Amino acid sequence: MERIGVFVCHCGINISSMVDVESIVERVRELDGVVEAKSYKYMCSDRGAQIIKKSIEEKGIDGAVIACCSPRMHEPTFRGVAEDGGMNPFTVEIANIREQCSWAHDSRERSTEKAMKLVMSSVAKARLLEPLERGRTPVIPNALVIGGGIAGIQASLDLANEGFRVYLVEKDPSIGGRMAQLDKTFPTLDCSSCILTPKMMEVYHHPNIDLMTYSEVLSIEGSIGDYRVKVRRKPRYVDVDRCTGCGDCVTACRMRDRIPDEFNMGLSNRSAIYIQFPQAIPLKAVMDSETCLFHRFGKCGDGPLCVEACEAEAIDFEQKEEVAELNVGAIVVATGYDLLDPASLHEYGYSRSKNVITTLELERLISSSGPTKGEVRLPSSGERPRSVTMIMCVGSRDETQCSWCCRIGCMTALKQVILLRENLGEEVEINILYTDIRSFGKGYEEFYRNVRAENTNFFRGRPSEVRIRNEDIRIDIFDTITNKLFEIRTDMVVLVPAVVPRADSGEFARMMNLSRSGDGFLLEAHLKLKPMDTFVNGIFIAGCCQGPKDITDTVAQASGAASRAAGILSKKELENDPLIAVVDADLCSGCRICISLCPYSAIEPVVETMAGEEVVHAEINEVLCQGCGACVAACPSGAINQMGFKDNQILAMIGVLNDCSDAGGLK
Amino acid sequence: MSEYDPNIIAFLCNWCAYAGADLAGTSRLKYPSNVKSIRIMCSGRVDPVFILEALREGADGILVAGCHPGDCHYQSGNYKTSRKIRLLRRLLRELNMDPERVRFEHISASEGQKFADVVTDFVNELKVMGPNPLKGECQ
Repeated sequence: MERIGVFVCHCGINISSMVDVESIVERVRELDGVVEAKSYKYMCSDRGAQIIKKSIEEKGIDGAVIACCSPRMHEPTFRGVAEDGGMNPFTVEIANIREQCSWAHDSRERSTEKAMKLVMSSVAKARLLEPLERGRTPVIPNALVIGGGIAGIQASLDLANEGFRVYLVEKDPSIGGRMAQLDKTFPTLDCSSCILTPKMMEVYHHPNIDLMTYSEVLSIEGSIGDYRVKVRRKPRYVDVDRCTGCGDCVTACRMRDRIPDEFNMGLSNRSAIYIQFPQAIPLKAVMDSETCLFHRFGKCGDGPLCVEACEAEAIDFEQKEEVAELNVGAIVVATGYDLLDPASLHEYGYSRSKNVITTLELERLISSSGPTKGEVRLPSSGERPRSVTMIMCVGSRDETQCSWCCRIGCMTALKQVILLRENLGEEVEINILYTDIRSFGKGYEEFYRNVRAENTNFFRGRPSEVRIRNEDIRIDIFDTITNKLFEIRTDMVVLVPAVVPRADSGEFARMMNLSRSGDGFLLEAHLKLKPMDTFVNGIFIAGCCQGPKDITDTVAQASGAASRAAGILSKKELENDPLIAVVDADLCSGCRICISLCPYSAIEPVVETMAGEEVVHAEINEVLCQGCGACVAACPSGAINQMGFKDNQILAMIGVLNDCSDAGGLK
Repeated sequence: MSEYDPNIIAFLCNWCAYAGADLAGTSRLKYPSNVKSIRIMCSGRVDPVFILEALREGADGILVAGCHPGDCHYQSGNYKTSRKIRLLRRLLRELNMDPERVRFEHISASEGQKFADVVTDFVNELKVMGPNPLKGECQ
């Protein structure tokens, strides 16, 4: 561009304390093509925007360099300002003099020198920028929600109620997720299934929701507004249209009570054909082909008993896996979490005694639909425990395991104190070994005080070891409040394990093209300001896949993610980013190197007849192109360029950063 | 000639390395100001010509940084570039130029500390290596 305005932000004192802003303004005025140079305390403020717009109007600037914070922060802001002021938004270039200059260096002189270089290199690029127009793509008004826990359920219902078609994909035979395994929820002691089941039913009966249980996302293609998703529907070997959920097949199965029940955390056994839990949605049987005798050996006694028992004739051994292809405009990922397997922490004795269990296992023992029909009993003997000891932060806030706080452990343990008293009577002795009690939510601190007021022993510290000799469990704990070493004898130990990313989260993130944070949870676009967004446009995250959280926060985030997705789906068409690769057909030799490199299959060979001869050249689909520039860097003819990142623009920046005189432009 | 102060040009991918460099700033980690970055959307955009041109013009060091293997926002750009750079370093040796002047690093959006460490280390290494012999040809 020929008439460039340079706008340098003080960012309060964030920039100006380390960078001499005025000297930059004075210096850039001298540069070729710069017709305006200004500074302001907060360029991103309304007043700052006015300054830029005034320059567009009065000085007729057609390009702008904003020296401010990272373009990851405010590039969209300033593009918007330019557009409002009547300038092409793509002739705006950001020089990052805050994150990568004033905040990172401690010499004012050197920071100023570096900031100057950065601004000058941005001016060099801005001179070569070109006005660009956004393309448009129609939006498919359907949504995909991955994961049928409380987050996925909430997001699906919100989107469906807004009128969008929703595909809810759940890998288990039933929706409900972890919340379905809980007995009661803190801090209100609502029965978990009482508040969850109605929502599950609503999902099942909602005319806008296509529920796909026992299914997994296989692959994903396309981009915001138009994703094409393949979903693998695993065979249930039960015709769901016929199955009435009566459970006759479950009782008839020859493998009855012989397979560890995953839903009950292995504390009870199920059949090879089973209904995941009594409130399962859909309430349909599912056959586990890995344990079913007929599937494994082609033979089950004189004939499968399930077939005999099923009056509805719903059993179908011939069912095959199916792959469904969905077309959606936006995606909400709500894939949940795993709990750390405490067996990896030998000192807690999880693998050495049946009476050392986790909170989730206790939850199943307390639940009236659980393995003991709601009676808390010692897994080893079936007797009532007289004393229960809860150990918090098992693996959490531990540099050697998970450095983070699980956010639900303290409240879960406190809740279970109340449930244990209800179950075992007031006389049961309960010990809590805690690091800190974190009762941060609404009503949580009050809940904690109520529990603390009751007859419960609190020890602040981490046990050195859980010593186990047959039924006798002893724990050594140094209480850091009284500075004393205690030995606790207890019948049952309940471990509060760390909340960890799902075991397959790496693989899943790769397939979805999502990033993960250092802890392995899915990475949000901005921790505070875009907690539901990801770096992939049109894909949002909700619940514990993003990081540990309680049900309250999960539901809030799920509604937030649904609302973000609805913002896309409610539009007829979206504007495409024009910062994509473009082929100059005249220069293209038709070598096809770019075609093999493109990760999005966005490039195709086009055959044209020129002067009676057939010539091939590459053509880039502007909707599919994501603007990575791999083809640009690889083109041997220099026939491809990336808008906004053209070779000459980058080379001009390099020239300035090298003080190179033939880079030109310095008066 | 003033005292030798290495000049490093960094090509940082928007999604990981540039975000990591931003995080270093946001976390107020201090590192030498010798590095000046050029933001690109993907490290895969780095044309070896950029690096050769930068060296010809006298840059003392070139840092190319992208996402960790498997984390590329564009699936495989970082891998393509790591291969290109390996070849380029071999070419530099042929040209009698120290290949250590060109570095490729994987820096994620959460690795502000790594970015600061890489820059600090690179600056120290370049100080030992001395200025780019081509320096001054075009200045």
